[in-house]
Amino acid sequence: MNPIAELGRLIISFTSELGRVLLLLCTTLKQIFLPPFELKNTFKQMVEIGIKSLPVIFITAVFTGMVLALQSYTGFKRFGAESLVATVVALSMTRELGPVLTGLIVAGRAGAAMAAELGTMRVTEQIDALETLATNPIKYLIVPRFIAGALMLPALAIVTDIIGILGGYVITVGLFGASNVSYWNRTWNFLEMTDILNGLIKACFFGIAISLISCYKGFYTQGGAEGVGKATTGAVVLSSMTILISDYFLSAWLFK
Amino acid sequence: MIVVEELYKSFGPKEVLKGVNLEIKKGESMVIIGGSGSGKSVLLKHIIGLLRPDRGRVLIDNVDITGLNERQLYAVRRRFGMLFQGAALFDSLTVWENVAFALLRQKVASPDEARRIASEKLKMVGLKGVEDLMPSELSGGMKKRVGLARAIAHNPEIILYDEPTTGLDPIMADAINELIIQLQQKLNVTSVTITHDMTSAYKIADRIAMLYDGKIIQVGTPEEIKNTDNPVVKQFVTGSSMGPIKIEGVTA
Ligand SMILES: Nc1ncnc2c1ncn2[C@@H]1O[C@H](COP(=O)(O)OP(=O)(O)OP(=O)(O)O)[C@@H](O)[C@H]1O
Ligand SMILES: [Mg+2]
Repeated sequence: MNPIAELGRLIISFTSELGRVLLLLCTTLKQIFLPPFELKNTFKQMVEIGIKSLPVIFITAVFTGMVLALQSYTGFKRFGAESLVATVVALSMTRELGPVLTGLIVAGRAGAAMAAELGTMRVTEQIDALETLATNPIKYLIVPRFIAGALMLPALAIVTDIIGILGGYVITVGLFGASNVSYWNRTWNFLEMTDILNGLIKACFFGIAISLISCYKGFYTQGGAEGVGKATTGAVVLSSMTILISDYFLSAWLFK
Repeated sequence: MIVVEELYKSFGPKEVLKGVNLEIKKGESMVIIGGSGSGKSVLLKHIIGLLRPDRGRVLIDNVDITGLNERQLYAVRRRFGMLFQGAALFDSLTVWENVAFALLRQKVASPDEARRIASEKLKMVGLKGVEDLMPSELSGGMKKRVGLARAIAHNPEIILYDEPTTGLDPIMADAINELIIQLQQKLNVTSVTITHDMTSAYKIADRIAMLYDGKIIQVGTPEEIKNTDNPVVKQFVTGSSMGPIKIEGVTA
């Protein structure tokens, strides 16, 4: 197996898939603004993506904040810059780790669930059945997940930001005995509103990407139970890759 | 009236339909028979516009549905009910929500009203007290009957049944045959039924069409089909493994 050829194949399939995902995006955007509005389904998906991700988000955020504080404290101590820990934690969480970690977790949890559910509906002809009952499956199935993803990701990212900063506080103040007041001062003095906002914009973009990619993978599943498995794996891999790659470009653009 | 004209459909290299022609009159009960994998379900999906043909037309009351846009197609589909071979119940919804799906979506009935209609249709297919169960709690035959109730819930003019009696015990199968006949006679429903069950075919059909090698090779009344000269049709309806239809690896 030639690794260069493999890489080339991967890039080609990635870009052609991206094109088809963008087509689905156009149809979805059109359907969002056409009645009837799927309020009940959207709410259900918001609970599914948002509320049910909270426990995992909580654990991830608190440990990330803690390890961030631990590593930067011991590292910065070498040149006497321990006082910067609070700032490092606050900036890393809001600008970078909050949105990206939230995105990766939701991709693994809700994205996989979306692809598996829609994939099963495809292979058991439930999507065809929707069509015969004069219901547009993109409107009924994808629009609610799309809206829920776009709204819940920023909400979850805020939670990750806050819990992460609290985790950093516990280590810096609780474990290393830094002053309580100076931790909060260091957090707030250098944190700008744009750090938080740009982080949330990234999170919103990730939410849209996860829903869209996972729905795409599920919606166009082929080949029975095996196909559903492939769609689910594909959804998680493609969403995670999209998050990590787009994160670089979004950051370069937003935080000029 | 449904007219299928010179319909061709391939999946990749596999040619499934190779010029199907079929006319189904208003109020008629047409039964389609044919071997497993011969493309019966594929043909049915073309009639309701779920699949687009490579070539050919499907006319519903003289309108070619293969060229319709989405909105027009949904308008045509409201006149249809379809029972899927695998029932295709929505597994996130309860039984009654499945049955009342079209009524609730199209807001033609209040939720209470829709539930009442759902119970009524479930009773017609011999199911009672299952309204609040989830599809995963039903047996195969029960799912099929819920699928049937869903197909008839919005009083469609045209009903497509993909193997309505497969997986049912003989008594229940006969009750479903009676139901199909009643719907046709009392409500003047046009129906297209796929079945492997010749007893059921003879009972419910006004005419029977046989699909073989991508084409309709014979259409006739049950009497004509029973006494056919066509060796392929004859072999199929008598259920013999000897004859022109070869089963790879089974028949010598
Ligand atoms: N979506 C699809 N993609 C690829 N091939 C398909 C698809 N749908 C059907 N086929 C193929 O078309 C052929 C006909 O399938 P179809 O389901 O119509 O058979 P059938 O006559 O209904 O058989 P059965 O009596 O077993 O239900 C099969 O070989 C099947 O593999
Ligand atoms: Mg079939």
